[in-house]
Amino acid sequence: MLAFILRRLIYAVIAMWAVSIISFVIINLPAGDFVTTYIATQLATGNLVLEDEAESLREFYGLNDPVYVQYAKWITRILQGELGFSFEFNAPVRTVLEMNLLNTLVLGVFAVVFVWCMAIPIGIYSAVKQYSPGDYVATFFGYAGLAIPDFMIALVAASLIWTTTGYLAVGLYSVEYQTAPWSLAKAWDLVKHLLLPVIILGTAGTATLIRIMRANLLDELKKPYVTTARAKGLTEWQVIRKYPVRYALNPVISMTAYILPFIISGSVILSVVLDLPTIGRDFLRALLAQDVYLSGAVILASGWLTIIGTFVSDLLLAWVDPRIRLEED
Amino acid sequence: MVAGTQDRAPTDAREIADDDAMGEDAIEVMSQRQLIWRRFKRHRLAMFATFVVALLYTTVPFADFYSSNNPRDHHDRRGYMPPQGLRLFDGWKPDLHVCEQIRTKNEFLKIEYEPNCETKVDVRFFGKGYTYKLFGVELDRHLITVEEPYVIKMGSTLQPADQVGGIYLLGTDVQGRDMYSRMMHGARLSLLIGLAGIFIALAVGVVLGAVSGFYGGFVDNLIQRSIEIIRSIPTVPLYLGLAAAFPADWSVERRFFAITIVVSLFAWTELARVVRGRFLAMRQEDFVTAAITAGASQRRIIFRHMLPSFYSHIIAASTLSLAFMVISETTLSFLGLGLQAPAISLGVLLFAAQNIQSVLLAPWLLIPGIVVVILVLCLNFMGDGIRDAADPYGS
Repeated sequence: MLAFILRRLIYAVIAMWAVSIISFVIINLPAGDFVTTYIATQLATGNLVLEDEAESLREFYGLNDPVYVQYAKWITRILQGELGFSFEFNAPVRTVLEMNLLNTLVLGVFAVVFVWCMAIPIGIYSAVKQYSPGDYVATFFGYAGLAIPDFMIALVAASLIWTTTGYLAVGLYSVEYQTAPWSLAKAWDLVKHLLLPVIILGTAGTATLIRIMRANLLDELKKPYVTTARAKGLTEWQVIRKYPVRYALNPVISMTAYILPFIISGSVILSVVLDLPTIGRDFLRALLAQDVYLSGAVILASGWLTIIGTFVSDLLLAWVDPRIRLEED
Repeated sequence: MVAGTQDRAPTDAREIADDDAMGEDAIEVMSQRQLIWRRFKRHRLAMFATFVVALLYTTVPFADFYSSNNPRDHHDRRGYMPPQGLRLFDGWKPDLHVCEQIRTKNEFLKIEYEPNCETKVDVRFFGKGYTYKLFGVELDRHLITVEEPYVIKMGSTLQPADQVGGIYLLGTDVQGRDMYSRMMHGARLSLLIGLAGIFIALAVGVVLGAVSGFYGGFVDNLIQRSIEIIRSIPTVPLYLGLAAAFPADWSVERRFFAITIVVSLFAWTELARVVRGRFLAMRQEDFVTAAITAGASQRRIIFRHMLPSFYSHIIAASTLSLAFMVISETTLSFLGLGLQAPAISLGVLLFAAQNIQSVLLAPWLLIPGIVVVILVLCLNFMGDGIRDAADPYGS
């Protein structure tokens, strides 16, 4: 088990290093270094940046150094929590990220809970009652969720709700609560606004998970141990719940690793359609404005958190399912 | 064999299948390819899906022929026109036509269109339209078009009513461009991106997968670990980041290639995984040992003996990746980070339907999205069908 953890840890560190290289490349891809951008933005607001000031800025950020030294300095700053400056928001990247972190997390947690609550029962039902009308509906839904781009679901759902109820599902808070301190009324307002985004964000994930759950459970149901359990006189529901479902739940555990990028990418799309104040919206704005430090930080953070998530879920899987850790040893 | 193996356990199906093949003359003489084709043909949904995909792919050469109007033709008196109904009869007399549209502004200055069927606009198949090049030949025939296009009464902008002729089967966008013709061109570009992406992914994936599976050992370990690392990187933020990093002044072609590379960045890993798995399983097979004993070169063994035996697996995996690439391109372009106007792809068309306001104003702008859904759905059915057909032990 220790060897297994160690090996996974080494992969995780290498992967994190690879992601940091990619983020660094993405930050440096746009033409011109960021001091040029800085001077341009300062000029736009009427401040003249003197040549020696620009030079000292370049010196400070190490832009005259060779690339690998730049990378080393950059990664050291990142590890110290210094994420750079966002020109688009005219604030440190960290402040920008912290601004909407809570909204993003709330949206994400609700979406994941929604996915689990929908996908697990439907997946189990669809496998146990294979080829029943309910299974066909679930399978169709699984395919549809795969084929319909997220933004289409968001657009169509929001338009339908608007035309039928006259309720425009935009934003996370009503105007009167936008800046109000937290209260029960504000929380309720948030819940009302969350409903649609959570359903939209969760649909694609639900569809995928239903398919995985169904396929896994179908494979498991054919195995001899299920027959044995039946032969021992367990009721059908006990058989299913105690053995194959537990194994088929493994992908649910692995999926937790993808929660964060799933939320970020999902909220990027939702932010365009529904204008939700999430990190995804800030990320898209940064991308369109080539605000490299902010977008680079989001790419790096989501990459690292996914890798950490994968690592944790690998450990969880090995802990839950002895076959996996024995296979690896 | 076909009916017999269905209820048997897959583990010992191999021997049984061999026995059955001995017993049934008809199957004994069939090649692997014929067997797969036979199984695939019975999969009706997959057959239908393949037909739809093939039909959509005819837009690659024939997009201009299918179009009724030049997709870039714009007119400021034609914006947001709803889809016209194609009318087959005039009273009881068969007569293919569309109705002239009368454009009015209501009291809120909202533009509205009212069909006026007193003035018919005759629709022709294979009629004359704008000229285009097909395989280097200049042509002006179109599948469905009107021969004498729009007669627009020009007046001052204050004039309350305008008449609009011409054929706009799926309505027009904000600039008065024909959505139907634009959709044909959009499908062409989106499908081309998928096709080009698949070639890149195939080239990289098959070579690396084959090397990994054939040689095993250290090389295999290295390639597999790299794939694992690549797959652990979240795709969407990376796609978006890369796409956003391309300079805005890149030409359409350059952007096209860059986006193609971005969408194939992850697809090759899946192909490499499939190919490696097959190779590993096959290394021990008798026919490979036979080929080695007969002194065939490694290249010959890989490309002549091993690869052909799992073409269908590669095709199935490619079909599924193709679907993923089309969705990726559409999403990138929808967000304004992928292809950009003047290029016309399905995603670029959907970029116009970015917010609820425009969807409510002109719901037909979402029609290209339906094409994406149909295409991706069909590619998935097709891929699943091929995979099932290629699996000799499956039911």
